[in-house]
Amino acid sequence: MTRMFALIALLWGAAAQADEMKLAVTTSFHNSGLSEVLLPAIKADTGLDVQLLVVGTGQALRLGEAGDVDAILVHSRAAEEAFVEAGFGTHRREIMYNDFVLIGPAADPAGIANAETAAAALALIAEAKPAFVSRGDDSGTHKMELSLWSTAGLEPAGFDGWYSEVGAGMGAALNTAAGLNAYIMSDRASWLNFGNKADLALLFSGDPALFNQYAYLPVNPERHAHVKAGAAATLEGWLTSGRAAELITTYKIAGEPLFTFNAKPAE
Amino acid sequence: MVSGPMIATLKEAVVRRRGRIILGPVDLTLPGEGFTLVLGPNGAGKTTLLKVLHGVERLSEGSATWSLPGPEAQAAQAYVFQTPIMLRRSVAQNLAYPLELVRTPRAEIETRVVEWAARIGLSDALDRPAPRLSGGEKQKLALARALIRRPRVLFLDEPCANLDGRSTREIEALLHAAHTSGTRIIMTTHNLGQARRLATDLILLLNGKVHDQGPAPVFYAQPNTPETKAFLQGDIVE
Amino acid sequence: MTDIWAGLTSAFWLIVTLDPDLVEITLRSLQVSLTALIIACCIALPFGTWLAVRRFRYRRATIAVLNALMGLPPVVVGLIVYLMLSRSGPFGVLGLLFTPTAMIIAQVIIITPLIASITHQAMRELWAEYHDLLISLNTPKHQRIKTLLWDGRRTLLTAALAGFGRAIGEVGAIMVVGGNIDHATRVLTTAIALETGKGDFALALGLGFVLIALALVVNFAIHALSRTEREGTW
Repeated sequence: MTRMFALIALLWGAAAQADEMKLAVTTSFHNSGLSEVLLPAIKADTGLDVQLLVVGTGQALRLGEAGDVDAILVHSRAAEEAFVEAGFGTHRREIMYNDFVLIGPAADPAGIANAETAAAALALIAEAKPAFVSRGDDSGTHKMELSLWSTAGLEPAGFDGWYSEVGAGMGAALNTAAGLNAYIMSDRASWLNFGNKADLALLFSGDPALFNQYAYLPVNPERHAHVKAGAAATLEGWLTSGRAAELITTYKIAGEPLFTFNAKPAE
Repeated sequence: MVSGPMIATLKEAVVRRRGRIILGPVDLTLPGEGFTLVLGPNGAGKTTLLKVLHGVERLSEGSATWSLPGPEAQAAQAYVFQTPIMLRRSVAQNLAYPLELVRTPRAEIETRVVEWAARIGLSDALDRPAPRLSGGEKQKLALARALIRRPRVLFLDEPCANLDGRSTREIEALLHAAHTSGTRIIMTTHNLGQARRLATDLILLLNGKVHDQGPAPVFYAQPNTPETKAFLQGDIVE
Repeated sequence: MTDIWAGLTSAFWLIVTLDPDLVEITLRSLQVSLTALIIACCIALPFGTWLAVRRFRYRRATIAVLNALMGLPPVVVGLIVYLMLSRSGPFGVLGLLFTPTAMIIAQVIIITPLIASITHQAMRELWAEYHDLLISLNTPKHQRIKTLLWDGRRTLLTAALAGFGRAIGEVGAIMVVGGNIDHATRVLTTAIALETGKGDFALALGLGFVLIALALVVNFAIHALSRTEREGTW
């Protein structure tokens, strides 16, 4: 019953504001290709024209702080909580998660395929010192990678020439890894959608530590009065609705599902 | 429009460049009519004298004045350079340019352009790009462009220095015609024969100073100074 | 090599089928860069000419600064324009960020020094040539500039085309201030960056070839219209 009312309220709200809003999303989200499926559905169901700005997590947060976008969708919990804490965002709403995977040369010189945990895999890499590409751009992916090194008790700052920080988005970093035949940590979606795999293969996955949670944060209208809070709320409602759940859960690349929907109903 | 003869007066005029005096001190009064030839060896200051009179060279000391107020005097003069400066346009557009500057009506511009083109023998070259003309043709064009505004005073700086005999003759004929119709001409030259052919009076410059001057017949028949005599004979005078 | 061939094939099919996305971003590329070019020329051509004929105390310094500005990294310009137009910035209220207008502004800033510098160089030479004649004819200052602009128009055209080339191929600044939003601020160069980042080299190259073809067409068209070859040497 509540679901029905929610849906009616949604459509009602939608009729009142058939307009547009700006949403900053991360490159890893965009590279998954999910937005191509979601955006038309959002438009059809709510009349909202969601304009996506595909940038790194750091830049997305910055845009939110400046009030240049109406909401952000990122995957870096600590940074998100700080964002809300500082008053830039009203709250944090979890939407879905996918996972990170470890990619490397098919021959797997560091032998990480049979590692127990992600941290252990990275420790093996630090020992064998094969070429490794890092995002190096303060993105959600990069922060995840750093936290894993930390769990393994290692400090990337002390690594030699085998560790390369490219300071670029997921796709560009994968390109570099393909060119160098290097190890790299990527989100599963970007990897599956990546068109230039060369000699690389997916070597390690499944550790719960590689859990990659995406959350939606509306920009605080008290900080920036011009922000389209209504549209942001409509979008949030849609993203946590059954329709979104259906589209997200059934989205597959090469027959593999990518995301797991885990939005909880609003309190 | 005509308001008395255009007399130029230089009083203690000095032009200094890089500390050296290249012209002066010069005290000179030029009457409002005649065909004056300015003679002198290279470096004597002939070009500088012309430029000072025309107002395009600044004096370091002294004064250069015309008997008419500034803008009027400026508008009544024209200058032809040793190497003709062609606008990157057609012959007709070059001729029209000075008239366009003073907003002459279209119809009159066209008439005068055609008339002058005929006088310099370039009637069938009206649309040819001026930079592509021969040396002689360019200089004739420059001369026509200078005369098209009917200036009262015309300056020329060794106009025939780089031209062949035929072109020289054609230019001299044009100058003679201009003088006959009332244009006052002040010209420099290296060519003593040309001076003899054209001058009504002459000025001899040596080392930046006016060494001698006078009406042509007297100048040639009874030179005032030994240097004048030597120069007219073709000797090198320092 | 196979990638380049795939790129050429991709470009061919995109053009032949008049792919609607391609048409949209191509038109937007032209809209942004041509508008920027026109505005930049209106500023740079008179300024460059004025600089060539006017003598004033800080002339040498101004020329040096102008030439140095040619080396402005576009992405830095983009960043500065973003900070200006950001909602938290001085001109945020105008709401220009992430619109084609912001992209035009950034490109105008980038290409104006280039056009002005080339203009200044060409006009200086022409002025040296015409100087004595125009002074002798007592030409008023504004007439001098008009005469130089008209007679030097072929070089000015080169300057403009150089500016256009820089604008149409630019990606750093417009990525930052435009946001590469699909159906709003995406143009050829930012689309190429996007596809490259996705690893779709064939499509990226294809778009690149379209961009090159576009630049060639514009250049040929302008030269044909101005009959540069037919009318002779200058």
